[in-house]
Amino acid sequence: MDKILRVNMTDLTCKVEPVPAEFATLGGRALTSTIVAAEVPPTCHALGPNNKLVFAPGMLSGTPAANSGRMSAGAKSPLTGTIKESNSGGTTAQQFAKMGIKAMIVEGMPKDDKWYRLHVTMDGVTFEDASGLVGKQNFDVIDAMNEKYDKKIGVMTIGLPGENRLASANISVKDPDQKIRSHGRGGLGAVMGSKQIKCITVDAAGAGKVEIGDPEKFRAAAKVFAKGMLDHPVSGEGLPTYGTNVLINILNEAGGLPTKNFKYGTCEHHDKVSGETMYDTIVKRGGKHKHGCHAGCIIQCSQEYVDESGAYITSGFEYETVWGLGINCLIENLDDCARIDNAMDNIGIDSIEGAVLIAVAMEAGVIPWGDGKETLRVMNEEIGKCTPLGRILGNGTASVGQAYGLTRVPVVKGQGIPAYDPRSVKGIGITYATSTQGADHTAGYSIATNILKVGGFVDPLQKEGQVELSRNLQIATTAVDSTGMCLFVAFPCLDIPEVMPALVDMCAARFGVEMSVDDFVGMGSKILKMEKEWNTKAGFTNEDDRLPEFFELEPIPPHNVVWDFTGEEIDELWNF
Amino acid sequence: MKITVKLFAGFRDNRFKAAEQEYPDAATVGDILTALDIKGPELGVALINGRHVPPEHVLEDGQTLSLFPKVGGG
Repeated sequence: MDKILRVNMTDLTCKVEPVPAEFATLGGRALTSTIVAAEVPPTCHALGPNNKLVFAPGMLSGTPAANSGRMSAGAKSPLTGTIKESNSGGTTAQQFAKMGIKAMIVEGMPKDDKWYRLHVTMDGVTFEDASGLVGKQNFDVIDAMNEKYDKKIGVMTIGLPGENRLASANISVKDPDQKIRSHGRGGLGAVMGSKQIKCITVDAAGAGKVEIGDPEKFRAAAKVFAKGMLDHPVSGEGLPTYGTNVLINILNEAGGLPTKNFKYGTCEHHDKVSGETMYDTIVKRGGKHKHGCHAGCIIQCSQEYVDESGAYITSGFEYETVWGLGINCLIENLDDCARIDNAMDNIGIDSIEGAVLIAVAMEAGVIPWGDGKETLRVMNEEIGKCTPLGRILGNGTASVGQAYGLTRVPVVKGQGIPAYDPRSVKGIGITYATSTQGADHTAGYSIATNILKVGGFVDPLQKEGQVELSRNLQIATTAVDSTGMCLFVAFPCLDIPEVMPALVDMCAARFGVEMSVDDFVGMGSKILKMEKEWNTKAGFTNEDDRLPEFFELEPIPPHNVVWDFTGEEIDELWNF
Repeated sequence: MKITVKLFAGFRDNRFKAAEQEYPDAATVGDILTALDIKGPELGVALINGRHVPPEHVLEDGQTLSLFPKVGGG
């Protein structure tokens, strides 16, 4: 029988609650956002006692469905002030699902200054003393927990920036190889820190299998779904070989690769940090160019990047991070970028926010352009140790821009804009502006249709069709984020007609209910509107759905275009 | 006419990264794909001067054509 764990940090109790009927078929983002919307006062302080941190595995997590092992974390974001859902691979989603934990709601905050480790077992949650872990960064926490238990123990942890409630702090999740995946965006690590939870350990001993309502229907749909994933050239071939970083060259060729803090749309040294170069380097050095972020992943877009002697530097080295450091900060040395990526995993900050804020710090003159060694030092010694400078930086891109009096600060609702320039890829600009999450490419990944010609083609430089594209993608993504599926299932979903119905059939069969594709998309639409409504109650208006002014003032080469949507045009997104 | 062809991702396998090549006047993107032994459905994106072009697009002397298989990420 599925259950909800309600963890109260004020009186250090855990209640095991039955799952309300209306939550029965929800999971992932649909569930975290529903709970946050119902229980968190929109105007509360994100770091105060009224915020709640909610974890929920996806609808399909823990089942044999390929690529379904992602966990959603939700709360009010200290970075954006909006509702937040951030999902991650790792091992805990599948553990929670198999343990029958539909969601874990963490509320309140301790009355004293003690730090805790939540230990989750089949019996519930215990509150362990974490004084020996405080002050440790993430890899040391993982090592300590592996030693205390064994390598099967699930770990979700924060580093010093999380302990110190910095708004770029993430929640790091142990992956199957004892490394780290992250609930990256939106500063959820600071929320965990505000509740004085240093880490969460999950011991799934005694857990069974996830119950499937209609096993036959599930098996048939799962087969069609997995075949679609392997047949599609993006999920079946491109991603496993080159990883997400294959995008560097295509964005560069299309003039949409933000360079030197969004000054240019192409970068001369792009090939030094491209996916093709990364692949060649990994193969030459004996690293792994294929790697999954969770058990059951058949895409394997991650990798293990090693140094010249073959020693591990980092994994999960994503396009957005490589772009942010290698292109937007002009750090030409891929090894330097990899070391900085690993440092961000270790100290526990979002590697997109971390890279975007460094470019603004370079614009401010805090770090010389392109200086990878100094950036690594700043990560470890300033942000990682929460020095006064480290706090200004670690509170995110907007914080750096404000502290140094800059206007070229690429954020929406306080969250750093990632790796695609909104002036030359206009559909993604609509997503950045309107997403309920602050600037977030994954919220409605128009790059697929604007640049990659997946799901059709909408010219990236024209305004026509972008609002509709972003709207449809944001609705569908909200639904997919609720399944526990990796977002990359969207590529086959957009191109192969039988994949989306197979995904919906798996969800229906999992819970033994009837569900059509329209029902599924309708769920996405309902949750997205719920998030928007919550943001409105938190004080956000249409005027917050705008890009920074510099995108309207500065044409970006090579296309020499500006951001030219009116507010009225942008607001059309919400007409559904 | 002279066309610079830039290949990316798997298209580079057993071919080249970038090369200036001679093609007949009025050659299309599709003609160049045929010359390179790349089948139509393998093509993800073709770009000239940062703009997407369809396979029937006619090239002009001195242009650079960038060819990508179906790739994605994000």
